[in-house]
Amino acid sequence: MRRAIFAILVTAVGLVLLLSFKPHELTAVATPPSAASPAPAPPSAGSGGQRKDPHDEDEEGGSDDDEQTGITHQQQSNGTTPQTGQDSTAPQAAGAWTGPGAVAGATSGDKVITGDIADTRWGPVQVQLVLNGGTMTGIRVLRAPDGNHRDLAINSQALPTLNDQALAAQSAQIDAVSGATYTSEGYMRSLQSALDRAGL
Amino acid sequence: MRHVEHAMGTVFSFDLRPPLGDARRAVAEAVTWLHRVDAIFSPYRQDSPISRLGRGEIGLDDCPPEVTDVLDLCAAVAEVSDGYFSTRPAGLLDPSALVKGWAVEQASRMLDRHGAVNHCLNGGGDIQCAGRPARGRPWRIAVAHPLRPGITATVVSGQDLAVATSGTAERGPHIIDPHTGRPALELASITVTGTGLTMVDAYATAAFAMGGAARAWVERLPGAEAFAITTTGATWHTSGFPDAASPVIQEADGAILQRPR
Repeated sequence: MRRAIFAILVTAVGLVLLLSFKPHELTAVATPPSAASPAPAPPSAGSGGQRKDPHDEDEEGGSDDDEQTGITHQQQSNGTTPQTGQDSTAPQAAGAWTGPGAVAGATSGDKVITGDIADTRWGPVQVQLVLNGGTMTGIRVLRAPDGNHRDLAINSQALPTLNDQALAAQSAQIDAVSGATYTSEGYMRSLQSALDRAGL
Repeated sequence: MRHVEHAMGTVFSFDLRPPLGDARRAVAEAVTWLHRVDAIFSPYRQDSPISRLGRGEIGLDDCPPEVTDVLDLCAAVAEVSDGYFSTRPAGLLDPSALVKGWAVEQASRMLDRHGAVNHCLNGGGDIQCAGRPARGRPWRIAVAHPLRPGITATVVSGQDLAVATSGTAERGPHIIDPHTGRPALELASITVTGTGLTMVDAYATAAFAMGGAARAWVERLPGAEAFAITTTGATWHTSGFPDAASPVIQEADGAILQRPR
């Protein structure tokens, strides 16, 4: 079952530019570590403020130094490095649930599992899912990169698709995706960590 | 067994299937290898051998032997691609377009040597598979559509399968045509398949720089096939491209379209 579920999410994840739902502040998390980060550019005016880059370790404990070094050479203009933003006490603006089991806890036997935060070049990704028995019945995005206009522009189209695909693509048996974006790969890693945590 | 490692500015995912052999040691060795490659070849580290070589501070003999190996491979691809593959795409010495695929292929061989013969290694979308994921079926690799979120462009399958995609989807036009010095803009993405990722990765970069001319070029290349999507959304593929048995594109709303032939 686990392989099938991973196949679901790998299929979906590779297909979509995953970006945040809403231009709201996310809850602040741990400050970014180090020294090796390039100096952040000033936040652009229209973007509604930047959030902290959590740099939480995902399950592999990798540091982000290597990711940072890649940015200046390879990216075109617009991918801003996640900024050190202000602390926010606003409630976390996670995305809407997708799927029949999406009202978490509506059915007895529902279990809500939160995946690890997966760092990507463009920012952190984190997903949450509902399991009923061995089946994933609901899924949503808790956090995703939202640092530039491109992110915000594509959001509302991409995310419902991503979640639908993750739930629906049971039989595709896809093992990996080529050409996937970094953010969708982050989605995949976070979701995989949730499945690992669920013991599937 | 799965493992994820950050190196070379990207994420390397390991997916090992039974029999695992000496999987933990195999993965540890492969991870050490990836970081070694990063330290030698990173163009973003001022003091890496490749950077110092590029600035003329040291000679090839002063570099680790891997540098000679890589540059020899690059020279071979440059020749077969009529210069569309280059170690100096934007002027500075940077064999990155071959290094990542080469590093992953070497890691794959390490896993083989430790008995982990069924595996899929994904280095930032450049993928080397070996063996089978499960009895009775081959590895299945989806190719993301560069222009349409929510769509798979095609699915390729195989056992010892290497897949590399060059494109503009996320990072914008970053592949330089060495002949003009300007970004290649004709294709949105091109996916090259074969059995060894070193060549497949380099061919994908060269092919992307070539644009439409890549079709005939890859058709002539032994052991390599390609599938491309142009910036207008048209697609083409070479005659031996290993698309999976059910070549469909699934639309975001669930409707299934036949893949154009």
